[in-house]
Amino acid sequence: MMRLKYTIRFIFLLLTAGLLGCKTEQSMFSSAGPYADSIVWLTHLMTYGAIAVTLFIMLLTGVALFAPDNWKRKLTSDKNIVVGGIVFPTVLLTILLIYGFILLANAEKIVRSSEALSIDVVGEQWWWRFIYTLPDGRKIETANELRIPVNRPVSLTLTTADVIHSFWIPAYGGKLDMIPGRENTLDIFVQQTGVFRGQCAEYCGGAHALMSMYSVAMLPSEFEQWLDKESQIASSAANAKGKDVFLANGCGSCHQVRGTTANGTVGPDLTHVGSRLSIGAGVLKVSKESFVQWIENHQRLKPDNLMPEYTFLTVEETQLIAEFLHGLQ
Amino acid sequence: MGDSSMSTNPNALPNALPRSPQEERDLLRIWATPKGWRLPTAVNNSVIGLMYMGAAFVFFVLAGILALVMRTQLAVPENELISQSLYNQLFTMHGTTMMFLFAVPAVEALGVLLLPQMLAARDLPFPRLSAFAVWAYIVGGTVFFSTIFYDLAPQGGWFMYPPLTLTEYSPGDNADFWLLGIGFIEISAIAGAIEIIVGVLRTRPPGMTLDKMPIFAWAMLIFAGMIVVAFPAVILATMLLEIERSFGWAFFTASNGGDPLLWQHLFWFFGHPEVYIIFLPAAGLVSMMIPTIARTPLVGYKLIVIALIATGFFSFGLWVHHMFTTGIPSMSLAFFSAASMAVAVPSGIQIFSWIATLAAGKKRIEFNPPTLFILGMFFIFTVGGLTGVMVAMVPFDWQAHDSYFIVAHMHYVLIGGMVFPLFATFYYWAPMLSRRQLSVRLGKWCFWCMFVGFNVAFMPMHIAGLMGMPRRVWTYHEGGGFEIYNAISTLGSYLIAVGVLFFIIDLIRNFRVGEGGPRNPWNAGTLEWLPNDVYCTRSIPIVKSREPLWDQPGLAEEVESGQHYLPNAPTGGRETLITSPIEARPQYVVQMPGPSWTHVLAAVFTAACFLLLTVKLVVPALICAVGAILSCLVWVWELDKGPGKGPVDIGGGIKLPVYVYGSVGHGWWAMIILMLVAGSLFLSYIFSYLYIWTVSPNFWPSDIDALPELSWPVASACAFLLSGFAFMWSKKSLAEPGSKNLATPCALLIAMLACVAGVSIEVYGQTLQNLDPTESTYAALVYMASILNSQLIFAIVIMGSFVIARHFTGKLDGSRYASLENTILLAYYTIAQAIISLLLVHGFPRGLLS
Repeated sequence: MMRLKYTIRFIFLLLTAGLLGCKTEQSMFSSAGPYADSIVWLTHLMTYGAIAVTLFIMLLTGVALFAPDNWKRKLTSDKNIVVGGIVFPTVLLTILLIYGFILLANAEKIVRSSEALSIDVVGEQWWWRFIYTLPDGRKIETANELRIPVNRPVSLTLTTADVIHSFWIPAYGGKLDMIPGRENTLDIFVQQTGVFRGQCAEYCGGAHALMSMYSVAMLPSEFEQWLDKESQIASSAANAKGKDVFLANGCGSCHQVRGTTANGTVGPDLTHVGSRLSIGAGVLKVSKESFVQWIENHQRLKPDNLMPEYTFLTVEETQLIAEFLHGLQ
Repeated sequence: MGDSSMSTNPNALPNALPRSPQEERDLLRIWATPKGWRLPTAVNNSVIGLMYMGAAFVFFVLAGILALVMRTQLAVPENELISQSLYNQLFTMHGTTMMFLFAVPAVEALGVLLLPQMLAARDLPFPRLSAFAVWAYIVGGTVFFSTIFYDLAPQGGWFMYPPLTLTEYSPGDNADFWLLGIGFIEISAIAGAIEIIVGVLRTRPPGMTLDKMPIFAWAMLIFAGMIVVAFPAVILATMLLEIERSFGWAFFTASNGGDPLLWQHLFWFFGHPEVYIIFLPAAGLVSMMIPTIARTPLVGYKLIVIALIATGFFSFGLWVHHMFTTGIPSMSLAFFSAASMAVAVPSGIQIFSWIATLAAGKKRIEFNPPTLFILGMFFIFTVGGLTGVMVAMVPFDWQAHDSYFIVAHMHYVLIGGMVFPLFATFYYWAPMLSRRQLSVRLGKWCFWCMFVGFNVAFMPMHIAGLMGMPRRVWTYHEGGGFEIYNAISTLGSYLIAVGVLFFIIDLIRNFRVGEGGPRNPWNAGTLEWLPNDVYCTRSIPIVKSREPLWDQPGLAEEVESGQHYLPNAPTGGRETLITSPIEARPQYVVQMPGPSWTHVLAAVFTAACFLLLTVKLVVPALICAVGAILSCLVWVWELDKGPGKGPVDIGGGIKLPVYVYGSVGHGWWAMIILMLVAGSLFLSYIFSYLYIWTVSPNFWPSDIDALPELSWPVASACAFLLSGFAFMWSKKSLAEPGSKNLATPCALLIAMLACVAGVSIEVYGQTLQNLDPTESTYAALVYMASILNSQLIFAIVIMGSFVIARHFTGKLDGSRYASLENTILLAYYTIAQAIISLLLVHGFPRGLLS
């Protein structure tokens, strides 16, 4: 009878998961579009179906073990094995399979309904490079933060700079791998504004666990404003003294800050890093203190990341760089 | 032969009483287990099997401890208990150890331990081969596992996807330890599989036709067949990856025309069947235990056999479901999604058969540890199977893939499908080996801790996964909602550990190998519960039903008093009865080798060779390779014993030969299976060649001048054909018994040289075109064909030289040529493979151009 108790606990846990909570920023239950919604619906359907089948099997086992002989006898024929083991699952699974594909096809129709916004996404060890193409054809880069407009299809072109990564923002739907030599396209369609979190889903070595990203789904007008601001060069309000220290210490050979001589392409573009939600691919929330922490301690915060250590910087220099970066709004 | 005597007088037993007491004394002496420091030379299946099982269990505990360390690290968010690099090594080693050093060896160990007893055979047909496999596994596995202690463990995941595992992203020897270590253990698994197939098909007792075979034997037969088909794919994959790491041949580098997905295809073509390779034997064991628990024959025996075969078959059509998120076309998605669901059907059949059997039971069921573990399995495996159906749905899998949902799913399947049945097995079959029973009380504690702990540990992972927690992460951020689920999981994992600890305490307190325990404590119906000693059963019974101990009253006494077949040792050495594969009619008595150091040395040298190669100590590795080959040669030198001691009388008026040739022989069967292994490896190669062509056809020659002239492959093919004829001639020219004919070694020498010439011509022809394997995957694949052929030719040259040596020592003539016959079989296969590879390498590009 203990089994029954655990079955009940199982149902309870899943009910809690499906219905009451779990709508955190990285959860698939925080679905923000029709496609992700349909997967949530499918998940509920299959979960309850699975619970029902489990209970049924446990019930039969209970009958086989404890019921009176005339009940038990009904279970012992070869015919029942054929019905229970072959007919029942075949019918159920066929229906499920067809239903799943209908659901998917419907969601795809919505996704492909109008002209899509194209964004290139490159997986790197261990961060994300996002490349937007402006209306005039220029390309601008940002890192670890995907901003998209709602109610418009977005087509993400996924590639990798090194090993296999997998792009996954659960709220937007499924994941898709980034594989060397290949270009995969992930179509998404988001209806709800908000901030969501994503993470690399394919083990990509060292700091795989710390390769996250944020995504902000915005109203189309806000998105246009953001893109316009993002396409500008680095803000002049940025601390000039900090900029000098930044450039003097060679940061610019890996990072680009448009509007300065920093034009490296190995690391994340920092042109507007101060206006992003996180640094280090989701490791720290953006603030001046975070930049200080990152510069002083990034190999501990994110072991094996490819940025060299800057232990030779004085406290004051670090402060200045942090101020400069935080000012890049 | 057997049937005719039985039909004349159905009740007469083959051998009359009284038997001379000398017979039993002889059997005891011949089959005695070596004592003291000579214990490692033992080959008896009971000794070897127990050692095998013990080692597998130790690896289970070790890999479990790694899991506990990981769970402790994940108990709280942003924990810094262990480092990122160590964690990555831990999960790689946990997966690799559980799959390759625990699950497959544990199942093979059960095969070695239980099959001869279930089939009332004195031993498996190649006792030293299984001993070799065990020693190779123990030495290789121990060294491989110990890399975790000095930061040398691989950290690419148990799936080792390139390009992460290429030298560029994984310098250091860590990845090489995986590739060589696992490649080597796979070879040991294949050796075990060959042993098991021949054992099941050829050493059954008279009368045990295929439809009376215990379900476990069916399961092991299918298990071994699947290993033969599936493992070569991953052996090829590991070869390709190691060659790319060591010599820069570009198989997986996209810029040179390679494709990382080739690895995934090859790996999962093995990796998915692997799950069923682990599950089927465990399901077979459950099908053996349930009839005993219910005291009634299995309901739906034939359906279960069909289900096992169907599972084996389906499992090869599912591998792409591990690749649903790689962006493959939606047609493949639909096909593999449907196939993945279809495999649920055979599992359904088994569950319903088991329930039906329990329901058919007349007596009230006793809830002892084996029963509890089986019922626990019902629940866990059902849940795992149903979440399996969920992830077979492509849209759901796009969310669940590589998340903790999958971690939960596969542990439900593997622990439910394999570990729980295995613990049931421990409790059920321990009385066969131990003179003391395991404790029922401790067994129940063990079960409840493991069952509750398991569900507490793994149920929350479903939710954590759907909430967005990816797999293979050494830490997770605070505030993501993962905290509570991880904390619960960690507590559950400790409870599982407590359960296993109860089992270990039980073993220490009660498990004592030896005779004297109750003979058939569960009152089971199958032959392993016959009275046993080192020689297995005193005589080999005539079997008339699926549960002979239930349906043939008095069988135990008849067998023990020696009234059935072969109650003695007529050749004076170790021997067992070989029967026909389907009807199980007695065909001959095989003379088997006894204890020896040769196979132990061969195993140690082989393991040392692989491990030394890993750390790039090439010269010591070569010395060990020579040592391994020499040990093997000494080992097999005494095997081809000749017909001298036969024919012998086994009772019932049946006289059987002790030496046979051709397709009757068990050696012939083993060689055919080995050829299937090689064939499967070669097919994986052909798949790789054609697959890479579909990915990067522009790397194939665009001009006929880029290919070697046609005269090169023609010359190569002629050399191979010449070799084939020379091998044929060598057999034709065999001398009459007692004399020698110099033509035989000459023909062999010509055959071997022609083979070497054939492969050399092909390689030379390609180098003349300046084809560089480091430049393009096309070129690397062209040379790879010759590498695969050269491996086999190397084996043929060694075997051929061995046969020549037997000629000159007078151990080869027209009545004693099993070693020549096996060499020729392998040679014919090799020549066929070489000619097909020439057609592929030279014909395919020409076909494209024309």
